[in-house]
Amino acid sequence: MSPLIRLENIHFGYPGAPAILSGAGLELHAGERLCLKGPNGAGKSTLLRILVGLLRPQQGQVWAFGATRQAEVDFHEVRCRAGLVFQDPDDQLFCPTVREDVAFGPLNLGKSRQEAEVIVEQVLGELALSHLADRITHKLSGGEKRLVTLAAVLAMEPEVLLLDEPTNALDEKNEARLTEILLSLPLAMIVISHDPQFRACISTRALALQEGRLVEA
Amino acid sequence: MGHVAHTVLGNRALADGGPRGSVLTGIDPRARILAAAAFAVVVVSLHHLAALGCALVMSFAAMALARLAPGPTLKRMATMDGFIIFMLVLLPFTVPGETLFTLFGFPASLEGLMRAVEIALKANAVVLMLLSLVGSMEPVTLGHALHRLRVPEALVHLLLFTVRYVDVLREEYARLRAAMKARGFRPRSNWHSYRTFGYLMGMMLVRAIERSERILGAMRCRGFTGRIPLLENLRFTRRDAIFALICTAALAGLIVLAVLT
Repeated sequence: MSPLIRLENIHFGYPGAPAILSGAGLELHAGERLCLKGPNGAGKSTLLRILVGLLRPQQGQVWAFGATRQAEVDFHEVRCRAGLVFQDPDDQLFCPTVREDVAFGPLNLGKSRQEAEVIVEQVLGELALSHLADRITHKLSGGEKRLVTLAAVLAMEPEVLLLDEPTNALDEKNEARLTEILLSLPLAMIVISHDPQFRACISTRALALQEGRLVEA
Repeated sequence: MGHVAHTVLGNRALADGGPRGSVLTGIDPRARILAAAAFAVVVVSLHHLAALGCALVMSFAAMALARLAPGPTLKRMATMDGFIIFMLVLLPFTVPGETLFTLFGFPASLEGLMRAVEIALKANAVVLMLLSLVGSMEPVTLGHALHRLRVPEALVHLLLFTVRYVDVLREEYARLRAAMKARGFRPRSNWHSYRTFGYLMGMMLVRAIERSERILGAMRCRGFTGRIPLLENLRFTRRDAIFALICTAALAGLIVLAVLT
């Protein structure tokens, strides 16, 4: 079976800095929970941003959902099918209320406001977050923000989840809850995490980013 | 975050008053601000085209002296022209006087045309001089110089904080936009897009206010009481005196030219 996502020989460096990715590659198959680890600044987040086309590699290929992706138009489809949860929830939440923020993705997919409302109720219900629906996003606690960003991405019904250090700043209770949610999802996912315990709980396969390349961990 | 960063930055910037190798670099920033202000006052009160033409030539000379790249500088000047272009175009048709030509049945007057040329010359001469003398300074240097010129402290702080945090805000905007893109947002002409941009601006505003409160808290923790001590060592030297003399002579020349013609 062909993979959902394949990165091949990715080279990338930020302007005026040495290359941080030099020949990185990975494959993600259906049902896999692939964990990435590596030191700070190794390029893990950069890799996810390249995957959804927020950054373009200087060399190498992004292959996702049956096609090579190069132009902005190609990546729009990738972004709709692979949901990226940002490292800092504050980068993601920008609507006044939780309900509106969760509806933002479905509306971008062309759903009507009524359809979006239904999806919001459903997703918040599944994650047991219905009580937060009318809360102001920037007044949520850190743990609530993290779970709401996850809900906002799940509302788009992605085929792949991309999580960038999802346990950052979560207390034990919220981390356990997040683990439980992720394990219950049938989606393939790529998870960046520094937390060995969390990785052991959820991963089906692990890679480490070392000197710009991905190696089996 | 507060004044230490500013003063460290400030002292370096004070020594570094503009593009390297420019004659203006060594001149006291206060002298440059005062010269630009005096130039603006004189030019605005002139009415003779010959004198105004000379003023514009002086501005170009200042641009050359400041070693500013002509392309971007003139582009900035043209941006200002964009704001007044409609007024300039309409002036010949609105000022009564001797008819020069008619366009679609509307008479254009010679007086109006002269007035439009006069205003265009004034505006461009003043803006170019400001860009050359003041715009070539580090913004932090400008803040310190304004402070020494007894500009109200609140305004100086506003300028210095803007310089410090405008990039932080720009980065926050870029991050939010990237996150929106990651959730499939593409701006279109529809209510969803308008509402989304409204939320984006609103959220930036709310976060900016919260950030400013956090910064204020951090400054208070270090003993801030409403005054930022600006460490600086601006000194009026002989070079500044020569600069002042040249500027005075040039402005006097302009006035004499205007009186004679």
